[in-house]
Amino acid sequence: MSQTAISIEGLGKCYRVGRQQAKGDGLRHAMEAVLRSPVAWIRKRREQSSKEEDFWALRNISAIIPEGDVVGVLGRNGAGKSTLLKVLSRITVPTEGRIKLHGRVASLLEVGTGFHQELTGRENIFLNGAILGMTRAEIIRKFDEIVAFSEIEQFIDTPVKRYSSGMYVRLAFAVAAHLEPEILIVDEVLAVGDTAFQKKCLGKMGSFAASGRTVLFVSHNIEAIRTLCKRAIWLRDGSLMMDGEISSVVDEYSKSLFSEEVPSWDNPDYGICLNKLALKNGRGELTNHFVPGEDLRVEISFQARKRVNRPRFAIGIVGANGSCFTSNMLLDGKFPEYLEGEGTLTCLFKAIPLLPQTYTLKMAVRDETIKDFIFPYKDVTSFNVTGDLAEYGYEGEYVNWASRSTPVVIPYEWHLPDGRREAVSLNRSVRAISNVPHQVQEPSLELDAMQ
Amino acid sequence: MTELIIEAGHTEREYWRDLWRYRELFYFLAWRDLLVRYKQTIVGVGWSVIRPVLTMAILTIVFGKLGKMPSGGVPYPLLVLCGMLPWQFLSSAISESGNSLVANSALISKVYFPRVVIATSSVITSFVDFMISMGFLVALMIWYHRVPSLNLLFFPLFVLLVFSASLGFGLWIAALMVKYRDFRFIVPFIVQFGLYVSPVGFQSTVVPAKYQLLFALNPMVGIIDGFRWSLLGGQLHIFWSSVAIACVETLFIIGSGLWYFRKTEQFFADVI
Repeated sequence: MSQTAISIEGLGKCYRVGRQQAKGDGLRHAMEAVLRSPVAWIRKRREQSSKEEDFWALRNISAIIPEGDVVGVLGRNGAGKSTLLKVLSRITVPTEGRIKLHGRVASLLEVGTGFHQELTGRENIFLNGAILGMTRAEIIRKFDEIVAFSEIEQFIDTPVKRYSSGMYVRLAFAVAAHLEPEILIVDEVLAVGDTAFQKKCLGKMGSFAASGRTVLFVSHNIEAIRTLCKRAIWLRDGSLMMDGEISSVVDEYSKSLFSEEVPSWDNPDYGICLNKLALKNGRGELTNHFVPGEDLRVEISFQARKRVNRPRFAIGIVGANGSCFTSNMLLDGKFPEYLEGEGTLTCLFKAIPLLPQTYTLKMAVRDETIKDFIFPYKDVTSFNVTGDLAEYGYEGEYVNWASRSTPVVIPYEWHLPDGRREAVSLNRSVRAISNVPHQVQEPSLELDAMQ
Repeated sequence: MTELIIEAGHTEREYWRDLWRYRELFYFLAWRDLLVRYKQTIVGVGWSVIRPVLTMAILTIVFGKLGKMPSGGVPYPLLVLCGMLPWQFLSSAISESGNSLVANSALISKVYFPRVVIATSSVITSFVDFMISMGFLVALMIWYHRVPSLNLLFFPLFVLLVFSASLGFGLWIAALMVKYRDFRFIVPFIVQFGLYVSPVGFQSTVVPAKYQLLFALNPMVGIIDGFRWSLLGGQLHIFWSSVAIACVETLFIIGSGLWYFRKTEQFFADVI
């Protein structure tokens, strides 16, 4: 634990953007310029390089990661997460600063890099393995294990172009999972594949970490990061915002997601602007932490400079496992006749039946023709549902898995063969009514029939 | 435990060690290209024989029968085939390795390994075709009862020469293509044009003496002459000066190709 696996000192990566690219970087320009007047070309080149805008995708990043740490990298899109991983995996060189890596590095920025559609599963295992840095002998040694992990034994000699996307991902991850580096760098690879397989991958990464190796893990799935990592690094606009113990970084990060107001969602064509989106709990308090079964108010403040007729709002709540529920005026038809001036539109979700997880709220607005979006679908904000499930009567051994489970729970009952009835609900008030005490055993009609 | 330092402009140190570590990838990428090339074709590998045979037939008819070019006492098809071997190798290596980086851009932007592997593997792929055509040449020599002379000892030298020249050109074009896709249009033109200024369908003795030196500036002149001389025997004329020029040029091309490739390589992922 004491030894350093990765040390990053003053790392920066700069991309050139602007003039040169806009004008076209083609050979014709280069040659034309040289041929016309060589002297002017040299002078211009010098000037140009200073005129080009420098875009720092990363700046002044320093961190020391000890051996055996599992570090999550958090940040919004464009914060520099991918650039950091690319520099660490030597795909691109840093502009300034230095990185020291102790140990063999394997990076997994994409599942199935180098897979060839025409080749069979078997052939692709070898090809992909070699590309990821395994030797032939190593691949041969682990071949059976890889195939078993991927669960595609029967199709191993079928070209991968005939695979379903699930099979493809499974095979690809299986190869990557059998690399044995001291340092593993993983980017959002779990966004693909079905839930069961995602769990298997997370498990594999967990055991990898447990064996004392260093992992750097980027994911949008905050819960996955929370379960896997001990520590997190939070990047924002290319700089390091926070580096520390996982729960404090995740909390700060989630707060920031919330506090950053909807960046003034404006559509000049329709003359309407959504300038604020607020989440409130049942008591009307502004928050992004909710308990299961609580009311969720989504308040959208708008400013319509022109009259906007019959807009259709749609809100979707998305959990770690996919979409949960929606309120959609295209379905229910309860749209306002028009919006004009300033105002607020609220959607109240009553007693959200959600397990403790992190959720994203996405939203879209269509115009009266229904065909055109005033505001196309976009992830607007995120919120957490937290709470001790024991309070809701959850007492299973794997209650912690709730963070990765299907998130929506509607009230249900188990009718057990011994006549017991167990009611479960995430809404405490509902549960109180429907919960049937153990002692009162009234064999139901169905049970009678069975006996 | 291995230690690795990543710094601006200082990746050089690791480079050759990495190249050694990834040595098997040369094989795997070439193997992939060969496996994929003839998938879903009926004739399959047959194509790598059919193509040179047809070209040989056409060149023999055009230059030997219609053009009545001197053959130097060698059956014209043999003469043509000996010229075609290095030429086709060079031209296919240039086209394939020139395109290789762009074709593998997904790899370049997602995984690290020395990029030289990609360009070199394409040359190796073309070399496999070259070997297949060699087999055809051997068969043709048996058919014509040609026995190679001691000149054959020099043959490996010329193979090395054409391999190096192909790799050198390949590296240049592959690296340039990453930034300037214009080369996608330039390469086919160069390849087509090159066929006319190289002694593929005819002997280099056909060229008037005063133009010999100018002609020999094309490195393929020395290489093709060398192929014919070493494979078909001593009665064929060889200008050693052309061979010397070819050697110098090849050294220059491969040296500068490696230099340029190395220089630009670190930015491939940003530009591609």
